[in-house]
Amino acid sequence: MAFRLLLGISSTLLRARLRQSIVAAVGVTFSIAMYIALSGFMNGLNSLLDGLILNRTPHIRLYNEIRPADQQPLERAFELHSAAGNGTVHHFINRVKPKGEEARVRNALGIMDALRKDPRVLGIAPKVAAQVMFNVGTIEVNGAVNGIDPKEEDRLLHFSDYLVKGTVAQLASTNNGIVLGKGLADKMQVGIGDVVQVTSIQGDRTMLKVVGFYQSGMADFDNVQCFATVSTVQNLLVKPRNYITDIQVRLHDLAQAPAMAREYAARFGVDAIDIQTANAQFETGSAVRNIISYVVSIVLLVVAGFGIYNILNMLIYEKLDSIAILKATGFSGGDVRTIFINLSLIIGICGGLVGLLLGWLLQLAIDRIPFKFDALPTVTTYPVDYDPLYPTIGILFALATTFIAGWFPARKASQVDPVEIIRGK
Amino acid sequence: MSNGDPVIETRKVSKYFHDPVTAQVLKEVDLVVKRGEYASIVGKSGCGKSTLMYILSTMDTDYEGELYLDGERVTGLSHDRLSRIRNEKIGFVFQFHYLISEFSVLDNIILPGLKLGRFERPELEERAMGHLRTMGIEHQARNMANQISGGEKQRVAIARALINDPLILMCDEPTGNLDSRNSAIVEEIFKRIAAEHHRSLLVVTHDDELAARTDRIITMDDGRIVAL
Ligand SMILES: Nc1ncnc2c1ncn2[C@@H]1O[C@H](COP(=O)(O)OP(=O)(O)O)[C@@H](O)[C@H]1O
Ligand SMILES: [Mg+2]
Repeated sequence: MAFRLLLGISSTLLRARLRQSIVAAVGVTFSIAMYIALSGFMNGLNSLLDGLILNRTPHIRLYNEIRPADQQPLERAFELHSAAGNGTVHHFINRVKPKGEEARVRNALGIMDALRKDPRVLGIAPKVAAQVMFNVGTIEVNGAVNGIDPKEEDRLLHFSDYLVKGTVAQLASTNNGIVLGKGLADKMQVGIGDVVQVTSIQGDRTMLKVVGFYQSGMADFDNVQCFATVSTVQNLLVKPRNYITDIQVRLHDLAQAPAMAREYAARFGVDAIDIQTANAQFETGSAVRNIISYVVSIVLLVVAGFGIYNILNMLIYEKLDSIAILKATGFSGGDVRTIFINLSLIIGICGGLVGLLLGWLLQLAIDRIPFKFDALPTVTTYPVDYDPLYPTIGILFALATTFIAGWFPARKASQVDPVEIIRGK
Repeated sequence: MSNGDPVIETRKVSKYFHDPVTAQVLKEVDLVVKRGEYASIVGKSGCGKSTLMYILSTMDTDYEGELYLDGERVTGLSHDRLSRIRNEKIGFVFQFHYLISEFSVLDNIILPGLKLGRFERPELEERAMGHLRTMGIEHQARNMANQISGGEKQRVAIARALINDPLILMCDEPTGNLDSRNSAIVEEIFKRIAAEHHRSLLVVTHDDELAARTDRIITMDDGRIVAL
């Protein structure tokens, strides 16, 4: 009851100054709308650009790098020898090259089973990489075929985002199907449904049917890389089912990748690289864009806050008589403060709600603007992030700003000495 | 409490102003106004009448001495408590008819009543209409406060002061700004209030005729009460 009375007084005073109140509210509206639109856009762009790296890159990649033994065999033998107290021995057999080693991950199927049971792992996608030659007419074109599990590759690494023709399901279901890099396909002048001949390094030939095209936007990549199923590539290489060259791991929590990569390397005896090590620089860009959108929004809101501060000061100055009367007839300083803070909050809430709506409309509008991005062929308009976090922050910030902007004038009003006003006439 | 008990009592109330130079405006004022009494305060301009009224109304707390209201010592109470006391027990009418111009006549009158919360709005409106009727301006009830004449405004201010049935109605030169016809109307209203409601009335006035019709004339001179 008491609060309703004060709220009624607030809104009556506000109606008396409707024009200025609306102007102040419009200030709030604009800053909220801009904040929402800008954040949605900036973060849409951020996740798009981050996604270029983050979505395509496994959080951890397990592989087997072919390299000389860390310790040359003779050295080890000699060390044992000297450790047994036989004195130091010198030898001349050095630089023993790796031999008979395959690029595959040893015990890949066992490792994959173990990974699937790890609760920190979101999913895994195996890969078999193969260097091949495509025979086009009389010439030969270099290429690389990646054997993948299409469904997992899509779920974990957004494979379909880069498919300009064909679908994940088609690749999965077509026997000996292949998705060609767009550049490579153009070079070879082949279309969907054509059959291409592939020769492995060992000289084995296979006929593959083109089911789709792949475009990452990176020409070097698109001119070389192709995709087929794991078993297709294993057949092409004449390798058994356990021949896997890479195990790509996606985690629930990206931040754990470096520690887990070290853990896996030690546990499985493989090479493991985490996404942070592989792409050290990508985080700075999104941080800068985030800062920009916050700075712009804060500036706008501060300006709106000053608008509210101004109108309240003016209103209080004009209404000194009314304030004196309210106090003389029994309203307390706290009542007067509540009246003016309410006034400010009404402006903030009305302005803020309209701002939410306007911000959302702006987001929709940005979402319609055509935008061509070579690296992401499936994207046709500017990206917008509709995360409800931004409207939430926006409205809270508007309320906080209007509350603070209203607080100081309202406190001044609550301290008005009615005697001074009444005597002053 | 019955007629004759003190409604307002001051004990050696003194007041100083320090701007531009320290000056004592009230000098150990001892004053008692009894229940149902209709008293007037007269004195030369600048002798401290308004200053005393502001202290009696509890709006001014910067004084020496003690103030009792309805038997309760109000000197030193918190501002919130004093607001409550003003709201409930004191009606105040100023020389200039202060109304809140954004509100209607009726709303102006019932605002202190809504604040007190003793009655709901419909009942308050009914009571306000009753006051307006006895003052002959019920037809103005729905008009905005800034659309009525000065004499009417002063009557509205009196109605507002009466809305919570205060123990005492204090008026600081209520007719000082009115023409003789409106002064006569206001005077008439005071007399009726004094007679009908058994309510104390304390009126500061320059108008000797008005003062002559009150039960008691208190004369002030240079911050002192010289005649009770
Ligand atoms: N705010 C003030 N600062 C300093 N002196 C004041 C102030 N208000 C009133 N006075 C002085 O106090 C004295 C009494 O004033 P007031 O009570 O208004 O007299 P009255 O109402 O009897 O005409 C006057 O001399 C006046 O100049
Ligand atoms: Mg005076």
